[in-house]
Amino acid sequence: MNFDRIKEKLGILADAAKYDVSCSSSGSKRKNTSKGLGDSSGMGICHSYTQDGRCVSLLKILLTNHCIFDCAYCVTRRSNDIKRAAFKVQEVVDLTINFYRRNYIEGLFLSSGIFKSPDHTMERLIQVAKKLREEENFNGYIHLKSIPGASDELMREAGLYADRLSVNIEIPTKSGLKLLAPEKKHEDFMKPMKKVKNEILQYKEESKLIKSTPKYAPAGQSTQMIVGATGESDRDIMYSSAFFYKNYNMKRVYYSGYVPISNDPRLPALTSQVPMLRENRLYQTDWLMRFYGFDIRELLNNDFQYLDMEIDPKLSWALRNRQVFPVDINKVDKQLLLRIPGIGLKSVNKIINARKFRKLNWEHLKKIGIAFNRAKYFVTCDSREKELRDLSSENLKSIILQNSQSKFRNDLSNQLSLF
Amino acid sequence: MTKKVLKYDGSFEGFLTCVFNAFEQKLKVIEIVPTGESQDQLFSETENIITEDAKSQRVLKALKAKVTSNGLRRIKFAFLSEKQGIEIRLYEMIRYIFSMPENAELDYSDPIVLYISKTAKQVGREKHRMEAFVRFRLTKDDIYFAIIEPDFNVLPIITSHFKNRYADQKWLIYDVKRKFGVYYDLSKTEYISIDLPKDIGVSGGNSEYFETGEVYFQKLWKEYFDSTNIKSRVNMRLHVQHVPKRYWKYLSEKSPFA
Repeated sequence: MNFDRIKEKLGILADAAKYDVSCSSSGSKRKNTSKGLGDSSGMGICHSYTQDGRCVSLLKILLTNHCIFDCAYCVTRRSNDIKRAAFKVQEVVDLTINFYRRNYIEGLFLSSGIFKSPDHTMERLIQVAKKLREEENFNGYIHLKSIPGASDELMREAGLYADRLSVNIEIPTKSGLKLLAPEKKHEDFMKPMKKVKNEILQYKEESKLIKSTPKYAPAGQSTQMIVGATGESDRDIMYSSAFFYKNYNMKRVYYSGYVPISNDPRLPALTSQVPMLRENRLYQTDWLMRFYGFDIRELLNNDFQYLDMEIDPKLSWALRNRQVFPVDINKVDKQLLLRIPGIGLKSVNKIINARKFRKLNWEHLKKIGIAFNRAKYFVTCDSREKELRDLSSENLKSIILQNSQSKFRNDLSNQLSLF
Repeated sequence: MTKKVLKYDGSFEGFLTCVFNAFEQKLKVIEIVPTGESQDQLFSETENIITEDAKSQRVLKALKAKVTSNGLRRIKFAFLSEKQGIEIRLYEMIRYIFSMPENAELDYSDPIVLYISKTAKQVGREKHRMEAFVRFRLTKDDIYFAIIEPDFNVLPIITSHFKNRYADQKWLIYDVKRKFGVYYDLSKTEYISIDLPKDIGVSGGNSEYFETGEVYFQKLWKEYFDSTNIKSRVNMRLHVQHVPKRYWKYLSEKSPFA
């Protein structure tokens, strides 16, 4: 191995891959049964965290950053004047194995610029995965990018070696895509996604009948949308997201605040801030939709197209729906407990278990670890004092804001001053 | 009745033996401590408890009938925290569990149950961290070697994770704080105790002990780590929250080499 050359390529191709935010390495069921290398049957592990606070779980690189496309939002776009590099298939295999054996990573996340043609590129990605599985007996996690426009046959093959496949939709609206990536068609993104979804369903059916059916992308599909590159509303973004969860059985949709990388007039200027707070609120909304039983239309709709940046979306919903509250913490069912601001999934489970033994009061709730500052206005329990006062939602919001600290407080004043 | 301080050998089985004796002889236990750790208490008697497998098994069996597998796991994890006084709290929790009809380990409104649950969570977090932060270095005799220094005694509970994952390579993880390690020889794992040479270091690849390529992979890893960072999003507070500084010296991506 020529370490210096590999190091240079690694620098370039990791740098180019870092805007893909997916780092998940969980949800697969690939066990190490044959005394091989690796096991991805457990939960994912973050082996390190970058200085920007993001998890490092997989070796996330591009096979090459040569690209025939010129999408405005992408650093790898053809017209961008940057250093280009390409890994050989074997080089990626060697890096993955050596990093994995040292416990640096959970596996490989391989994407690529599109060179020659989508099929040609997809085929190379598959070669890497196939080599890892068949020659190295590797059971670690492999996440492959589905290249937009790749053929059905290749997508079928890819799923046999990969744990997860993903196509990044990137731009949440069709009009935005037309503006920023005129060479790409919406259908190019949807086609591989659809193929993978159907294959997953088919393999699942077959494995019910025949136990030895090989695994097909056991950790499912994911996608990513860039936030704040075009003028889309939070409602637009989350409705697209809900669409993908529902129609394509997505495991995850990621939201990536646009990092300015170009002085293209179609995009936010190079000096603009990464919309991290907005990104955070979108993830909170995503969680409410997937784990808290909210319908996206309750959280965002025609009357309410943008999330409140000052408070979390659950609190925001509760303030708009005061008729639901207060609820008795000792009586209401799980579904309603989950809707109380300041009480998360884990606290809900603790409350449900604990209230079997005795009626809970404020002290119990505080010790269990709920966000008392928010929750107290929305619940009653086995304590005399009532925190709930007859306040308008606006008053209540400002009281809660005054009595709480947000890590985003500084960002907030900056971001708000823009409007 | 005389108050008792029970001393045991520091093992989980030893602790369970204490629990057995306390129940059987209806002792009024005020403390359970590993041998050599406590000062004598006024107005109490000290009794040395000898670990007996049969007794510890009986307690374990009785516990299994009363709590969920998660509940039992929490008890084991909390024990491994080695926190001062954890044994007496566990003993009180076990008494509470046996006094209630079922699953009392889920009564989060009870202060001891909540304390044990939180402690178990801390240990679980440390276990997970070690599964993440172990950095193997390949030695000249083909063993992947790592040093750890965990806050809690988690080596016994991370062994199976590494055994499943690295079934085709020899490895050794050594806890320098507690002076014992686990060695996997391609077929089984065993606990070992060795004297480590001082200059073996926590990272880097001293050529006396390590493969020639070793240090290059550490450098490649650091290169990757630095390149994958998005500078316009830097958030050191969050970074340090995820990777507390006390672990940095073991992480090659944090190593100062150029």
